[in-house]
Amino acid sequence: MTTLLDQFQLWLKGFWPEWAAYIVPAIAGILVIIAFVLTIVIFYIWWERRLLGRFQIRTGPNRCGPEGIFQPIATAVKILLKEDIVPDKADKLIHFIAPIIVFVPILMIFAVIPISEGAILVDLNVGIIYVVAISSISIIGIFMASWASNNKYSLISGMRSIAQMVSYELPVVLSIVGVVLVAGSFSMLKIVEAQTIPFILLQPLGFIVFFLGALAEMNRSPFDLLEADSEIVAGYHIEYSGMKFAMFYLGEYGVALAYAGIITTLFLSGWQGPGLPPIIWFLIKIIAVFTLIVWMRATLPRLRVDQLMSFAWKGLLPMAVLNLVIVAVEVLLIPASMQWVMFILNFAFAAVLILLWSKLFTLGGGRVEV
Amino acid sequence: MKFERYGIGIARGMALTFRHLFRSPITVQYPEQKLVTSRRIRGNELVWFPEKCTGCATCAKSCPQGNIVIVTHGDEGSKFIVDKFELDSGRCMFCGLCVESCPYDALAMGLNYECAKYRRGDLVLSKEKLTVAADHQPSAYYRPQFEGKLPKQSLLLWNKADGGQKLRFLPLSTRKRGSGA
Repeated sequence: MTTLLDQFQLWLKGFWPEWAAYIVPAIAGILVIIAFVLTIVIFYIWWERRLLGRFQIRTGPNRCGPEGIFQPIATAVKILLKEDIVPDKADKLIHFIAPIIVFVPILMIFAVIPISEGAILVDLNVGIIYVVAISSISIIGIFMASWASNNKYSLISGMRSIAQMVSYELPVVLSIVGVVLVAGSFSMLKIVEAQTIPFILLQPLGFIVFFLGALAEMNRSPFDLLEADSEIVAGYHIEYSGMKFAMFYLGEYGVALAYAGIITTLFLSGWQGPGLPPIIWFLIKIIAVFTLIVWMRATLPRLRVDQLMSFAWKGLLPMAVLNLVIVAVEVLLIPASMQWVMFILNFAFAAVLILLWSKLFTLGGGRVEV
Repeated sequence: MKFERYGIGIARGMALTFRHLFRSPITVQYPEQKLVTSRRIRGNELVWFPEKCTGCATCAKSCPQGNIVIVTHGDEGSKFIVDKFELDSGRCMFCGLCVESCPYDALAMGLNYECAKYRRGDLVLSKEKLTVAADHQPSAYYRPQFEGKLPKQSLLLWNKADGGQKLRFLPLSTRKRGSGA
């Protein structure tokens, strides 16, 4: 499987020396990916604000440009022009590095997200493992930010962040393994190509576990404990302003975009779809996933810390393990031509497991209200 | 069995927020759309009726800010002629005490509430600016005789009958607020 970038490099080798033919298309590809990410992130910010407004019977931003589409740009200009304040007692160097460490891994995730057929920066054969590994790095950035700010609230936020990420990484990875078992490859392109039926239909339970885990990983409501405005003001970016705050802000929406892309790739059959061009299908799917995220944000209240932790360890982790076992047995026993059996079985299993789990799930031995 | 625990409560909440998408926004797009204010609003810019005013200066005495300046001179009869009636609306707190104290109904609160000015001096209202004009109407605060002529207070609501495009003013009294009808 050759990607578009590989073909471009091969074509350039006919004219240029080998090193130039390798570096120039790579840099061009990186720039294209960054431009794509920033465009979609700007759209996401506008889309979330408008949609959240509509969910709350407001209009949302509608002044700046047609339907307020330039509002995120105006916000960005405002943020960039603000004074960059560093607290007196802050650890200046770490305070400076932290936003970069948060932002860069999020951009790096997009290297392996296939936007269209062959439109992927690198087709790593361990693509999804690369995503899991890279996306964990930004947590260190968040903890660095919270520590270097020398602020109680941001430190609490950093502690919460570590606990949350460590807990939710497990169910997320286990539900990814279910997908990998059926697809038979770690490569993102091969996973998409394996989906003649979208994996959300084959593994509904895996999708639910991955989606909820991903919500926690990207710090979105109802798992946005580390920037819980009503408890710890703004969490880890409480002492940040100007450009550095913009990095956190972009990173927040960037990681939402990255996980929307990963969910699309793993469960919603990526760019595949009838009728429309692949890139349009990909955009429709990532926007649909983000709309679902915004919808949940508009509806659900924030969880308590103990609820959050027990939801990960007592709720998602057993379900992820059971899902993995079920999928593994099914992959062994059911031939690939009879995937509809898997479809029916897994929906039945998902319904039974969710009902059973919600009956058994308690906090503090049943003494604490869920 | 508690069915709330099987995600029914979450589903119900999600359905509620989803239904909100099809309701009209409650926001009033202010410069384009305006609500009709209360008929008894204590709006800015008092209205002064020179033909009723006797120049007794009761309003000036009752003003907690000492904000009203009245200069009069007596004519041949028993009347006073008002030479100067001045009010600094920048210092006025719109308490309405001058209106309430006027024995001859010669003062009324204004209906207008958009009185931003570029110069501080423009806030000082002289005799000419205080008289009734088309855009300077008295409100019915403590002056019930004006109440009949004024429009009723209203809210903006989506109107399905107009093809969902136009907004209509809904009077408060019908009690249908938020029905989305």
